[in-house]
Amino acid sequence: MDLRKLKTLIDLVAESGIAELEVTEGDGKVRIVKSAAQIAGQSTHVQPTVIGAPAGSTSFVAAASVAPEPIFEGDIVKSPMVGTFYRSAAPGKPPYVELGQAVKASDPVCIIEAMKLLNEIEAGFDGVVKEILVENGQPVEFGQPLLIIG
Amino acid sequence: MFGKILIANRGEIALRIQRACREMGIRTVVVYSEADRQAKYVKLADESVCIGPPPSALSYLNMPAIISAAEVTDAEAIHPGYGFLSENADFAERVEKSGFAFIGPSPESIRLMGDKVSAKQAMTAAAVPCVPGSEGALPEDPKEIVRIARQVGYPVIIKAAGGGGGRGMRVVHTEAALLNAVIMTRSEAAAAFGNPIVYMEKFLENPRHIEIQILADSFRNAVWLGERDCSMQRRHQKIIEEAPAPGIARRLIERIGDRCAEACRKIGYKGAGTFEFLFENGEFYFIEMNTRIQVEHPVTEMITGVDLVQEQIRVAAGEKLRFRQKDIVLKGWAVECRINAEDPFKFTPSPGRISAWHAPGGPGIRVDSHAYAGYFVPPNYDSMVGKVIAYGADRDQAIARMRVALSEMVVEGILTNIPLHRELMADARFIEGGTGIHYLENRIADRSL
Repeated sequence: MDLRKLKTLIDLVAESGIAELEVTEGDGKVRIVKSAAQIAGQSTHVQPTVIGAPAGSTSFVAAASVAPEPIFEGDIVKSPMVGTFYRSAAPGKPPYVELGQAVKASDPVCIIEAMKLLNEIEAGFDGVVKEILVENGQPVEFGQPLLIIG
Repeated sequence: MFGKILIANRGEIALRIQRACREMGIRTVVVYSEADRQAKYVKLADESVCIGPPPSALSYLNMPAIISAAEVTDAEAIHPGYGFLSENADFAERVEKSGFAFIGPSPESIRLMGDKVSAKQAMTAAAVPCVPGSEGALPEDPKEIVRIARQVGYPVIIKAAGGGGGRGMRVVHTEAALLNAVIMTRSEAAAAFGNPIVYMEKFLENPRHIEIQILADSFRNAVWLGERDCSMQRRHQKIIEEAPAPGIARRLIERIGDRCAEACRKIGYKGAGTFEFLFENGEFYFIEMNTRIQVEHPVTEMITGVDLVQEQIRVAAGEKLRFRQKDIVLKGWAVECRINAEDPFKFTPSPGRISAWHAPGGPGIRVDSHAYAGYFVPPNYDSMVGKVIAYGADRDQAIARMRVALSEMVVEGILTNIPLHRELMADARFIEGGTGIHYLENRIADRSL
């Protein structure tokens, strides 16, 4: 596999929501795994399930239209509705949770705003906030992973 | 013109709307349930938003989810397709109140035509002939009900005001069965539509189903775009549709078409719509109006050359209709076969993964389908996987082309009603033309003897 193709694959994984990509070509095989920090800190990037990748880029083995498989131990808090994700109840207020914070299942962890209504989302699991997967103000869809609680 | 439209539907109509948008350079947002993640039009959309789990009530009928999706994607308009929320006046109202354009008529028009009693009254006022009947809701008094039925003449049919599309109706042949039938239809209607009001109509023995397609803008311009014959039905569901209708004098059609266009102007209707009639013994009888694009719209598109979905979008964007009645010229003949994922003779649904999909082609053949080899037909929604439309210079050529197309079409992995369509394209009575709405069911019943 030539270097240019390899770079293209690395860029593709880095820019997309793909967590792990394996490509076999003839005798050569390449496996690219995105590190945990990279997946959590996708600052300007939006999940491919919300803004679809342009036609032509969905030809890879790791289907870009499916949400990435989490590599962590823990329970995923998924969005129960379409809307906008917010870390705190209002701008300027402190966020509901921070990384490493202990939560109970009934504690609110974030807000999803839909049609001008703010909905508090409960943790659903007891544990510690391991990862926050979306950015403040990011649009989310039904079933989209928001946090990992472990 | 809109820059971005949200398509609030699924299946072949979602793809159809998407194609219209893309041709016009309008970006598309597609909403989908978890069951439709792998849909072709989801992959082709500029943006896609998962709005819920497979059940329709939590996804395609979920108004807050759909409007929320429009908000987060900054869509400008919402196209509701057919079925689902397309004829839900509350949805249309909420869409507009949220600042989006609803691609369809006003909530008032939807309400007026959604209530089958008020629809008939509006049509009667507009000189559109209706099926004779109770002229309004049936009263509670049993003596009155019996009197009305005697006046109308048996057999009669009891229909739910909140129903439509073949649901919420019961035929009564004798006076002895009348009152029970009314009670049962009322309680079914209350349960299914939240509205127990019923009305009565004369039951026509062997009518044909003829409908008129209209288009109207927000400036009270309205045109009719020919008729469709949708008589080939099973359990009130259309299986085959054609345009124009065989064996009906053009001047009869023109007269009813003009009345429909005039009715649109009178009620301030906007967008695409269809007036449905029963036709018997040379007379048209209005039964209901559908305030949306219909499944069978392609046959009208083929004989008029008008892209109905694009015209819907133009009207919704505030444009004037670009043609007058004299510009609508019908040319040729089109037949459409609805391809359903079901056993062709038992009609049991057949969801599952399509392992092979070979669609037909060639001159005059149009295939409107979202299916593809490897596509998993979900069990959660209706069974239609596509429509095959054949166009010809005349009816014989359209049917001949459909026969060839159906012989080429191969779908494996699921059952389809293609074998039934092949039989019908060779059916002597169908080829003759003019079969009524009971023909197919009688034929199916005879087959099983």
